[in-house]
Amino acid sequence: MVYTLLFPSSWFYGKRIERSRLSDEVSLWPLPQQFQTSPVAFKLSASRFKIVHAPGSTAGPSCSLLQNAFRRYFKYIFGYVNEQGQPRSRVFDSELRELQVLITSTDPECDAYPSLKTDESCKPSSRVFVVLGLETFSQLVYEDDYGVNNINKTSILDYPRFSHRGILLDTSRHYLPLKVILANLEVMAMNKFNVFHWHIVDDSSFPFLSRTFPNLSQQGAYHPYTHVYTPVDVKSVIEFARMRGIRVIAEFDTPGHTQSWGKGQTDLLTPCYSGSSPSGTFGPVNPILNSTYDFMTSFFKEISSVFADAYIHLGGDEVDFSCWKSNPDIQKFMEQQGFGQDYSKLESYYIQRLLDIVSSTKKGYMVWQEVFDNEVKLKGDTVVEVWKMNMVEEELQNVTGAGFTTILSAPWYLDYISYGQDWKNYYKVEPLSFNGTPEQKKLVIGGEACLWGEYVDATNLTPRLWPRASAVAERLWSDENVKDIGSAYSRLEKHRCHMVRRGIPAEPLFVGHCGHEYSGL
Amino acid sequence: MALKMFQAQIKLLRFLFLLIVIYGEVEHVYGVWPMPQQITQSTERYLLNPRVFALSYANDSMAQSGCSVLDVAFKRYFKLIFPDFAHGTGRDKSLRFEPFTLVVSVRTGGCEGYPDEGSNESYNLTVSARQAALRAESVWGALRGLESFSQLVYQDDSSAYFVNKTEIEDYPRFQFRGLLLDTSRHYLPVNSILSTLDAMAYSKFNVFHWHIVDDPSFPYQSSTYPDLSNKGAFHPMTHIYTQSDVRRVIAHARLRGIRVLPEFDSPGHTLSWGKGQPDFLTPCYKGDVPSGSFGPLNPTLSSSYQFMSDLFKEVTSVFHDSHVHLGGDEVDFTCWKSNPKVQAFMAKMGFGSDYTKLESYYMENILNITAALNKISIVWQDVFDYHEHIPKDTVLEIWRGTPAEIRAELGRITLAGHRVLLSAPWYLNHISYGQDWRNAYTVQPQNFSGTEQQKELVIGGEVCMWGEYVDATNLVSRLWPRACAAAERLWSNEKKTSSVERAFPRLKDFRCTLVRRGIQAEPLFFGHCKHEYSGL
Repeated sequence: MVYTLLFPSSWFYGKRIERSRLSDEVSLWPLPQQFQTSPVAFKLSASRFKIVHAPGSTAGPSCSLLQNAFRRYFKYIFGYVNEQGQPRSRVFDSELRELQVLITSTDPECDAYPSLKTDESCKPSSRVFVVLGLETFSQLVYEDDYGVNNINKTSILDYPRFSHRGILLDTSRHYLPLKVILANLEVMAMNKFNVFHWHIVDDSSFPFLSRTFPNLSQQGAYHPYTHVYTPVDVKSVIEFARMRGIRVIAEFDTPGHTQSWGKGQTDLLTPCYSGSSPSGTFGPVNPILNSTYDFMTSFFKEISSVFADAYIHLGGDEVDFSCWKSNPDIQKFMEQQGFGQDYSKLESYYIQRLLDIVSSTKKGYMVWQEVFDNEVKLKGDTVVEVWKMNMVEEELQNVTGAGFTTILSAPWYLDYISYGQDWKNYYKVEPLSFNGTPEQKKLVIGGEACLWGEYVDATNLTPRLWPRASAVAERLWSDENVKDIGSAYSRLEKHRCHMVRRGIPAEPLFVGHCGHEYSGL
Repeated sequence: MALKMFQAQIKLLRFLFLLIVIYGEVEHVYGVWPMPQQITQSTERYLLNPRVFALSYANDSMAQSGCSVLDVAFKRYFKLIFPDFAHGTGRDKSLRFEPFTLVVSVRTGGCEGYPDEGSNESYNLTVSARQAALRAESVWGALRGLESFSQLVYQDDSSAYFVNKTEIEDYPRFQFRGLLLDTSRHYLPVNSILSTLDAMAYSKFNVFHWHIVDDPSFPYQSSTYPDLSNKGAFHPMTHIYTQSDVRRVIAHARLRGIRVLPEFDSPGHTLSWGKGQPDFLTPCYKGDVPSGSFGPLNPTLSSSYQFMSDLFKEVTSVFHDSHVHLGGDEVDFTCWKSNPKVQAFMAKMGFGSDYTKLESYYMENILNITAALNKISIVWQDVFDYHEHIPKDTVLEIWRGTPAEIRAELGRITLAGHRVLLSAPWYLNHISYGQDWRNAYTVQPQNFSGTEQQKELVIGGEVCMWGEYVDATNLVSRLWPRACAAAERLWSNEKKTSSVERAFPRLKDFRCTLVRRGIQAEPLFFGHCKHEYSGL
């Protein structure tokens, strides 16, 4: 899990530069694990600079993932100055003409999907990290006063602190057009996030077009044609993400948060009762019917083939028992099963059966913390996502104490907004500050910034997410000792201008300006 | 723990709003935002076809073809009324349609003028079979009526356009309905300002308060003192407003019936001025020596007043409005206190150690300068709080305080006979989780103890979007639709618009209208618009 950036061919190790000096010219975000740079600068010419496969690299021009990344980053580096025309005849002595990309692992994995395993394998220079290294390289390039691209003599050795660095987007409470999702994958790559947690359906709407159960979106989406994700859309999201080394983990949250499912699938939800008659409203998934499990079997069979990642997120959060309690059939079932009045046992019963179904599809699963809290029997490779703000450390201690891997999202609910620089709070979080053995700490594989959709849609998503999520990105990527807020501020300010320059409406941190302001209005 | 309660509250809110949303969808609203003073609608509706729809001047109208404001407005509103038309999705030509004409009649001309204090914005609109009649006193009223008409037109599921039989009698509750943008803490490209003016017109705002310069930067390119922006802007070429930029903004605003009120805030908030104007700011002292830092404008030098006089001479000729905003807020006295020359001046003037007297002295001079230029001044409330001698016609703007303090300040200022503007409850740069538009909506600007005459001195209010955390990337979505809440409070009858719950489905609808018109207005709560925002 290492990529290295070394250039140019003649090595020069200057003294490790001071932070302020660095931030005058470039902003590296998230900060690499190790870097050395010197004031010696090289110029880059759009007409001569090339990104090429190094001799001896196991990847070549047939690796379309890399070819695409080369082009993308060439454009990021030179896209803005192209029109001005570079002098073609003059060659500077101090010119950097080539970035050689060397893949040393035997299998460059050009056509594979990124996975948790990719990260853990620690293969040096696997292709995902080449993409990340290109991002770092592009951040090292800066424009001097004459508008010429420069890069300083630098050497970098880099790898992530955590292997799961996610962003959750919620496409149920508001539908997000495809291009908004793609744009955010692009920004995720700029911040070295590597997991897109797609909270695709929920109470409010069901935009996922299922081939097996087309009625789910036909009836449950905000609009059956304009507010859905077709299989082609989903495929393009996954491929776009793959090109950037990003996993796509879909979440199909049950048994709660399923109001929209009920519209297109009769008898799936529990009818709530008012006294002795049905009230006309519905509660969580009905856990006592065999038809429910037949449905889930077919449904997750489809999901497991549509989404390539080895993991599926099964939700399991915030189940409201009042409707189950009101329903006489459920009461009877509770009695038969000997659950007494403990409805969390019914919830566990449901989840258990669901987990068995999903296990049979050969997928691993992620769940929200309640599933663990309710003592459902989980497979060893289950990832438990901790989202409740109270007693976070105890929860991390318990989950890892029980031997489960976990990711943290509780401190990073970015949909909660407030006046001022709240990115600092996200930045200061230390995921491993809980009491536990080194083995327990290793089970924390990362975290996620969540942008729930109550108040967010295409109109405000990007500026609300960025650069606030960038704070989380550095916490999850960089060394734990990288925590100086002052240094972070000056680098993040530049990094946000970087994103703005690339056409991303990332909001400002505070008073000030960017050389190139957002003009996409 | 607090967060847990917070999350529980959110859950409850989610549930409550689910009910509201369901309710809102049952009873479809084709409302106008802000709510007209009188509106009656029937279920009788008329099919409109863009091919046989016309906007025209009535025979008895003082404005006729050639009226710059309305000619352009006709063109603009045709597109707003028929948003699909440009895409050529006209309906089958073989269907027969009744022609429909919106006939506009204006009693006074003034097509080439600028909207100003006292402009009459009232209008009557009658929509009946084949024709709608829009009658207004002035072209500015006609613009408001066109906006209302455009909001009455709706599309059914087959995309056909309809308008219901309607009667509207409408006029604004307050004559001053402003929106402040801050172009100093972040530079806003001219396009951002123009699109804000568009959205303002949709909500019937009529004053753009341009807080154009402040401590961080001086983007206004002055023809008299070009060094102010050369040295004081974030960048002297890319982060400035040239004279032609300013003219463009004023022209764009005029065509939408919006006044442009410039603010050149002094004596505080002027750090950026000092870069291009030597000896203008007060040098701060550390003991006996200058510390190298600067404080507010130096009020002891006659050159300061000469400079301000020249600058305002330029400013008041560039900006047409009868009013100019002079700021006067948040003056920090520590630097003045440290400076021996200022101390000497205080002694000479007999001010003792009361630095508010020095500030007062400065403001009086500035007010005299603008008065001599025939402009009426607007200042922040601080000027009233500290100074007794200010001209009666000076307008005070309230920007701070708890609700009780605001009520008391309204009472004091109006008792002294000054007109007053309210902006304290509408600092929209302050954000929080959830539907904060509700707080903005329930403000009662005239709810303070005072006589009827005092109440009438409340001439309106302003939404403020200060720029610490706002630039072109997030301005639009942060401003809209939250500003719409204040727009309705300032335009509509308070009794008829007292219910937030009844406003919710209307505002939700209006927000989708804004999105349809390309304004990046953020959602109020979960849900969807038929046409979602399609930009990035």
